[in-house]
Amino acid sequence: MQLYVDGVGLWAPGLAGWSASREILAGRELYRETALERPAPTILPPTERRRSGNTVLLAVQSAQEAIEHAAVNPRDAASVFASSSGDMEIVHDLCTALAQPERLVSPTRFHNSVHNAAAGYWSIATGSQQVSTSLSCYDTTFAAGLIESAAQVAGEYRPVLFVAYDWPPPPPLHAKRPLSAAFSVGMMLSPKQSEHSIAALKIETAILCAGQINIMADAGMEILRCGNPAARALPLLAAIARHQSAIVTLEYLDGNCLQVGVTPCI
Amino acid sequence: MKPLLLSAFTATNALGRGNAATFNALRGRQSGLRPCLLPFADLDTHVGEVAGLDEVSLPPHLAHYDCRNNRLAYLGLQHDGFLQAVAAARERYGAGRIAVILGTSTSGILQTETAYRQRDPVTGALPEWYDYRYTHNIFSSGDFVRHILQLTGPAYVISTACSSSAKVFASAQRLMALGLCDAAVVGGVDSLCATTLYGFSSLELVARGPCRPADANREGISIGEAAGYALLERPESGSRGNALALLGCGESSDAYHMSSPHPEGAGALLAMQRALTSAGLDPGDIDYINLHGTASKANDAVEDRAVSHLFGNDTPCGSTKGWTGHTLGAAGITEAVIACLCIERGLIPGSINTSEVDPAFMSRVVLENKEQMVARVLSNSFGFGGNNCSLVFGVSR
Repeated sequence: MQLYVDGVGLWAPGLAGWSASREILAGRELYRETALERPAPTILPPTERRRSGNTVLLAVQSAQEAIEHAAVNPRDAASVFASSSGDMEIVHDLCTALAQPERLVSPTRFHNSVHNAAAGYWSIATGSQQVSTSLSCYDTTFAAGLIESAAQVAGEYRPVLFVAYDWPPPPPLHAKRPLSAAFSVGMMLSPKQSEHSIAALKIETAILCAGQINIMADAGMEILRCGNPAARALPLLAAIARHQSAIVTLEYLDGNCLQVGVTPCI
Repeated sequence: MKPLLLSAFTATNALGRGNAATFNALRGRQSGLRPCLLPFADLDTHVGEVAGLDEVSLPPHLAHYDCRNNRLAYLGLQHDGFLQAVAAARERYGAGRIAVILGTSTSGILQTETAYRQRDPVTGALPEWYDYRYTHNIFSSGDFVRHILQLTGPAYVISTACSSSAKVFASAQRLMALGLCDAAVVGGVDSLCATTLYGFSSLELVARGPCRPADANREGISIGEAAGYALLERPESGSRGNALALLGCGESSDAYHMSSPHPEGAGALLAMQRALTSAGLDPGDIDYINLHGTASKANDAVEDRAVSHLFGNDTPCGSTKGWTGHTLGAAGITEAVIACLCIERGLIPGSINTSEVDPAFMSRVVLENKEQMVARVLSNSFGFGGNNCSLVFGVSR
């Protein structure tokens, strides 16, 4: 399967946007971990932006940046939203409320608790009635989301916005699912090359193989990669940012890997 | 799309364990809905509970997955020769060439609810026994099932609320069409928990009595739980078994509201149109529509608009949620299996609990069972976030 990356979005501590992070990812500038800026994606209406939880904002931030770089009309793009855990702040709120004798659940919190909440807000903000899939594969959610996205691009021959994101759970859940930092990545994927294409990705039909996964040379970014399932994207993003051909090996299930060939587009 | 065979399929829900229990209840018009007596929910409502989950025990080597949702996932695998069919497929294709794509909405959140009632009074910490990864995480059921079935192909869990386990068919179909796998186990599991019971109640969407889909006086949904699976293979694979097939898939988004359907049913209509196009069929080719039919005021009215727009008032349609309740993330697979049983055994189930069809409805909602040949069924699943999926099942030629 061959697909083209027409736009990238990124939001993480020290990586506030793809444009601002390319040189860091390519190893040409030093990575400095800074406090995460609260994402505030302008594509959401102001009231929605105020009311939305961190997880939705994080996902939509990278989705918006990716689609803007690609100059794609968001109404035309299908979407895949991949998150290991979804919105754990809402899980915390709901389970806290349900542990009280009155068990008073907020209806808004409840409907925002669905795993496809970010995808729902994205489709409402953009007006896109295209296919939208939300999924999880625990720590290997990024690779799983890439497989689903690539299959939609190649199988349906249509542009797909792929977003992977996880926001660290609040205590006490954090002790049971200790993500170290927030991370989101968006990739606008297209079946054919255009003037906006940054890189071509190639995924073999024999999709899973044994192999040695790529890690980040920079110690700070390696901590980030290990600390959030969405940040498993970092070696792939680094390969795209370096603008050189590479094969990136991503961790998948049972010690198997997903290999992605990266070729820069002029 | 090219048709894909369902070489094995099975359903477990409030009607019982395995396909025969479900079909016999459909034919005998016996609802599985009962007053809610669950220890974790003090609500005046009816639920579609699967009996005996407390007695189910997981294999010792996978005991860390133990929770209501995975017990139901495990129980659901034990019927209709499903384990044997998957074992045979594993021999034919190899474990790495079979995908596992499941759907769920709340996974094992009941574990987290229980853990939150046992927080340390001083530190607030969750109890030692609580394991997030293997029980509550959305991937838990998919991970558990692939271990039980010893499959190592591509796997993930789709969670798009009540369309989750319908969309698994579309995803698996794409993986198979591209040659990323040779077969796929699809399905879904969702189990009763306080989150959904109190959550839907807070939205005033839950009926007190058994739900009455399409009824003029419908009052809301009854929540149920279920597990179901299908083994998908290519027709040329030479597998034996029945020739029931997935003929088409259609997916869409409402782009309207998180918990209310598009008022004109635009997303629902798009999903049904895309499913028919994908199957290469016209509306007149469909013999029966298994509606999403939750019995909520809004869903049924909007779905009626979309269905009557596309099918007029010719095609018999009905909801089976009066039998099973709304099994949320497992509704897609539950009703996919029901669609296949109706084709295999020739039945159009008329909605139960419904005494008078809403006079505003324009589609042909049927209230009586009819035993007749059924060649093709369209099955609808619509979820929160405006996420829609329609599937077409039929006999492959």
